[in-house]
Amino acid sequence: MKEYLQKYFILRKHNMNVAWKKAKNRKMCYLFLAPYAILFTMFYVFPVVASIYYSFTYYNILEPPRFIGLQNYISLFLQDDIFLIGVKNTLMIAIITGPLGYILSFLFAWLINELPRWIRSIAVIVFYAPSIAGNCYVIFSVFFRGDAYGYVNAFLMSVGLIDAPKLWFIDPKYMLPICMLVILWMSLGTGFLSFVAGLQGVDRAQFEAGYMDGIKNRWQELWYITLPNMKPMLMFGAVMTITSSFGVCDVTMALCGYPSTDYAARTIVTHLFDYGFSRFEMGYACAIATILFLMMILCNKAIQSLLRRVGT
Amino acid sequence: MSRKLIKKRKPNRSVAGDIALYFFLLLVAFVMAFPIIYAVSSALKPLDELFKFPPKIFAQHPTLDNFSDLFVTMGKSWVTFTRYLFNTVFITFVGTAGHLIIASMGAFVLAKYDFPGNKGFFRIVTVAMMFTGMVTQIPNYLILNKLGWIDTYWAIIIPAFASPMGLFLMKQFMEGLPTSLIEAAKIDGANEWKVFSGIVMPNVKPAWMTLIIFSVQGLWNNRASTYIYSEEKKTLVYALQQIQSGGIARTGQGAAVLVVVMIVPIIIFVFSESQILETMASSGLKD
Repeated sequence: MKEYLQKYFILRKHNMNVAWKKAKNRKMCYLFLAPYAILFTMFYVFPVVASIYYSFTYYNILEPPRFIGLQNYISLFLQDDIFLIGVKNTLMIAIITGPLGYILSFLFAWLINELPRWIRSIAVIVFYAPSIAGNCYVIFSVFFRGDAYGYVNAFLMSVGLIDAPKLWFIDPKYMLPICMLVILWMSLGTGFLSFVAGLQGVDRAQFEAGYMDGIKNRWQELWYITLPNMKPMLMFGAVMTITSSFGVCDVTMALCGYPSTDYAARTIVTHLFDYGFSRFEMGYACAIATILFLMMILCNKAIQSLLRRVGT
Repeated sequence: MSRKLIKKRKPNRSVAGDIALYFFLLLVAFVMAFPIIYAVSSALKPLDELFKFPPKIFAQHPTLDNFSDLFVTMGKSWVTFTRYLFNTVFITFVGTAGHLIIASMGAFVLAKYDFPGNKGFFRIVTVAMMFTGMVTQIPNYLILNKLGWIDTYWAIIIPAFASPMGLFLMKQFMEGLPTSLIEAAKIDGANEWKVFSGIVMPNVKPAWMTLIIFSVQGLWNNRASTYIYSEEKKTLVYALQQIQSGGIARTGQGAAVLVVVMIVPIIIFVFSESQILETMASSGLKD
C-alpha cells in the first residue's frame, strides 16, 4: 500500500512538472487569455461562489453579513408561501414552454430547411424576430385587454364561447397560460439559429446513402440521419432553452404586473428581485439565487444525458 | 419529364405532404409576424384611430405623428433625447468592441493552442452559459458597488466584456480554421499577436458579426435600472419605457416606442443573417 502511494505521488509530481514546463512554454497563451479570464472570474465565477456564501448569512448591506447557517433555506421552504408559488410557477413554465419551445425550434428549422434559399432566409427572419424584438410582447396586453374591446374578448363573445369579458391578466386563472403563450411566441431564439445552421451542414451524401438503404419518408430520414448529425447543436439548443425558461420574469412582470394578483404570476426570479432590490435582504435573495442556480445546472445535466441517446 | 422531377425532388417525399407543410408554415409565419405587424401599424395610427371600436388592424390614415410627438415629449424633459441616445450608443459600442477583442483573444488561444488549464477553463465557460445572469445579479451589484462603478456606464460595460456566449461561439468557429494557416505565418516569423491580428481575425469575420449582434441585442435592450439611477445616465430603452408607462394619453407614443426599441436589433439581424448562420453552424456543444 505504502509503495503504491509513493509511486502515485511520484507520478503526480512528474505530471505536474510536465504541465508546469508546458505552461512556461505557453506564456503567451496565458497573456492572451488573461483579460477575459480575469473579467469572467470576477463577474461569473466569483458571484456564484459569493452567492452561495451569502446564502448562509443575514446581510442587509448596511451591517456586515452575519452567519445564520441554513436559516434562509429553512424559511424559504417552510415559511415563505410566496416563494413556493414562485417555484411552482417557474417549474410549470419551464416544463411546458421549455420542451415545447425546443421542439418548435427544431421543427421549424427542419421544415424551412428544404425551402429555396431566399424564402428560407425570409422565414428565418420572421421566426427569429419575436425573440429579439425588445419588449414588443407588451402588445399582447392589447390583444388580451380585459374589457369587451379587447380582440380576444370581442372574438370569443361574438362566437358565443363566453358571455362576459374575461380579465385575462388580473384573473389568476388565466395569467400563466397566456404568459406561456407569449413565451412560446418568443421561443425561437439562439437555439433555433443553431438548428437552422446545423441542418445546412448535414452531409448530403448521407441522405443519398439513406435512399439506397430504403429510408421511406421524411420522418425516418429525420430520426436515422438528421438527428444523429445534429447532436452537438441539439445540446447547445437545450442549454439555451433551459437557461431562458428558468429565467422567466420580464414577460410575467410586464403583462401581469409586479406584484401580480395573489402572486399568481410570481416566478423565482421575480421573488429574487423583490428580496434583492426592493427589500435589500441580500442573504435571503442569495439563497433564492443559489436554488435557481442548482435547478438550472441539474436540469442541464439531466437533459444532456438524455440527448446523448438520440438516434440510437 | 419524370426523370427531371426525380432529379430535382428528393425521391422519398410525397407531394401532398409538401403542400400541407408549406401551407402550415405560411400559417405559422403569419401568427409569428402578426404581433410585430400590429405594433408597427399601431405606431402609424393617428390618435382617434387607436381608440376606435371595432379596432382596425391596419392604419386607415397612416401618419408619423406618434414619432414626432415622441420627440417633442423627449425634447421637453430636462435630459434631452440626444443624451439618452448617446448613453445607449456609447454603452452598446464600447461594450461590444471590448467584448469582441477580449473574447476573441481568449478564444484564439483556447481553440488553437494546447496548454494546461485549457480544457478546464472552457468547460467552466460552458457551465456559465447554463444559468441566467439573474443568478449572479446580487453579488455583481455588491462587487460593482465595491469598485465604485454603480451609477456609471462601466457597471454595464465591463461585465458585458466577459459574456460566455461570445467566447464560446468564437472558439467553436476558430476551431474550423486550418492550423496550417497559423503555422505558415509562424514560419514566416510572425509572433502570436501578429498571427492573431493579421491572420486569424480577418478570417473569422462571420463570427465577428455574430458576437456583435448578440452583444448589441443584450446591451441595446439593457434597461440597467438597478445599476444606474441618475437621470442623465439612463439608457434610451429605460427612458422610453418611462414614457410608455405614462397612461392612456401616451398610447400613441408608447406604440412608437415599441417600434423604435425593436427596430435596431431586427435591422442588424436582417443585414448580417448569412454571416450569423455561418457562425452558428459551428455552435454545437460536443462532449
